[in-house]
Amino acid sequence: MQTYALRRILQTIPILFIISILLFFLVRSAPGGPLTAARRNPNISKEQIEVLEEKLGLNDPLPVQYGRWLGDMFNGNLGESIKFRRPVSEMIGERIPNTLLLVGVAFLITLMVAIPIGILSARKPYSLFDYTMTTVTFIGQSIPVYWLGLGLIVVFYVALKNPFTGEPLFPVGGMNARGKEGELLDTIWHLVLPVTALSLGWIAWYSRFLRSSMLDVLHEDYVRTARAKGLKDNVVYYKHALRNAILPLVTLIALDLPSLFAGALFVETIFSWPGMGRLFWDAAKGRDYPVLLGVVMITAVLIIVCNILADLAYGWLDPQVKYE
Amino acid sequence: MSDAPLPREQSMGRIVLRRFFKHKLAGIAIGVLLVLVLFSVFAGLNSYSPTEQNPTNSFAKPNAANWFGTDELGRDVLSRIMYGGRVSLAVGLLSTVLSIFLGITVGALSGYFGGWLDSTLMRVTDAFLTFPTIFVLIILGAFLREQQLFILQNSIFVVIIIIAALSWMWPARLVRGLFLVLREKEFVTASRALGGSNFRIIVQHILPNCVGPILVSGTLQMASAIITESGLSYLGFGVQPPTPTWGSILSTAQNQIFRAPWLGFFPGFMIFITVMAINYIGDGLRDAFDPYVIHSEK
Repeated sequence: MQTYALRRILQTIPILFIISILLFFLVRSAPGGPLTAARRNPNISKEQIEVLEEKLGLNDPLPVQYGRWLGDMFNGNLGESIKFRRPVSEMIGERIPNTLLLVGVAFLITLMVAIPIGILSARKPYSLFDYTMTTVTFIGQSIPVYWLGLGLIVVFYVALKNPFTGEPLFPVGGMNARGKEGELLDTIWHLVLPVTALSLGWIAWYSRFLRSSMLDVLHEDYVRTARAKGLKDNVVYYKHALRNAILPLVTLIALDLPSLFAGALFVETIFSWPGMGRLFWDAAKGRDYPVLLGVVMITAVLIIVCNILADLAYGWLDPQVKYE
Repeated sequence: MSDAPLPREQSMGRIVLRRFFKHKLAGIAIGVLLVLVLFSVFAGLNSYSPTEQNPTNSFAKPNAANWFGTDELGRDVLSRIMYGGRVSLAVGLLSTVLSIFLGITVGALSGYFGGWLDSTLMRVTDAFLTFPTIFVLIILGAFLREQQLFILQNSIFVVIIIIAALSWMWPARLVRGLFLVLREKEFVTASRALGGSNFRIIVQHILPNCVGPILVSGTLQMASAIITESGLSYLGFGVQPPTPTWGSILSTAQNQIFRAPWLGFFPGFMIFITVMAINYIGDGLRDAFDPYVIHSEK
């Protein structure tokens, strides 16, 4: 098992390598380069820009720059933000917990809602509940997350007010109200709308998938055997069928991880949630290259780590899988 | 030998079509999509221009003259949405076609030839699948437009190309999987025995057997391409103003959320209804192409 995890990690290194090369050359080959903003600034003279270029090593050939960047990255040094003059690793480090909090909570809620819906739909397929859920999931799957987020803001922030205080019903923007930094309850309050926006589409997608996966499993011989033994319905569904039906879901989640982070980017942008997605969006508007590269690389690493975890979870759920 | 009349022969296409329209919602979805396409194609019939500003008539609520109201510059929102539909639908369709084409090429080569070619191509495919796509799309969207190449000055082209460049992996995997199975079939051996070239076997013999799954995945692809384009334009890195698309109209609406909260409704609703129609069509196609159902009908 350990050697398997190790091998998976080793396999991902070439993938990370390809990603880093592509991204680095893409970003660095853009005209203007990292100093575009400085060049447009009339207060900075040509000489100063040349000094800056020399200092940042922008005159070296691209492969040399890439080698230096890669070497730095192995030492945990992602460079310095051009706009904020701060180490990128520090900026990203501040944001990672916030993104993981948002994505983690949304994901837990997704599973807590989607799994029961999937099971109930599969228990009585083509019932009224099943038809309703199928329609609802089709709607949920087709709603763009940015439109949903905007709609939630319009309804729960702009239109509806708290009848006692006259303030908006739910807060929008940031993780905490002014003066309540670090208060857990306030953060949970701020999580409500972003998490709703983020999880609705996933709930639709996963409950639908689990429904069909359950329906497949329910035709299997071992389910019939379990029933023939006289086991209670609940035991058959939740113990015998669910455990097998959930396996493909784990694979699907692993494959979906990049799009989960993409959803987080939209939600963070709309709700000004101080996570990596918001950091990235701000950096893209300001053409802050080191931050852009840093965020993409860290996100890629996060996704690969989650993939390995999903693989290991698969082995834990399915004893037939052997890591040889 | 019985004299019972043979059942009338039916072509595959005919069976698929009949089965498709049995799925009522898919039939309705085709109609909805058709209306949406006509709605955008005939945008010129609207007497309002999508870009003409009328500062004296800004933030009009939906009324008899401006059905969807007007935005902060007094532009007619209905007209903007009709013109925006052209861009959104065209980008969705063209980027899907391009991405499916790329995917078929990679998948067919990989699945048919196998060996080192397969493992190299699949490694690259995996690398692209690990990419958090939207991040790269934003970088590409922001930087490609600044290139000096003439064709890249047009943000619509840029968006089509980058969406295709980052979504060919799914059809590639699908086609590879199909080819792995189909290349072992007798008809392939037969064609090879008759001296059929690899190209001929791939294009004329194996590929036609993949049409169903490719079409189904194409619909999914198109739905997600439309969502991606709108999202990218919404974030400000897609199609650039003044060209309206549903995403960029939504983006300007967000800035006016307090003054005119209704502005965001229509562009988002258009994206939603289009994507939903395409998803239902995909569902219908999946049923229509399901080989088990076709056999049991004989």
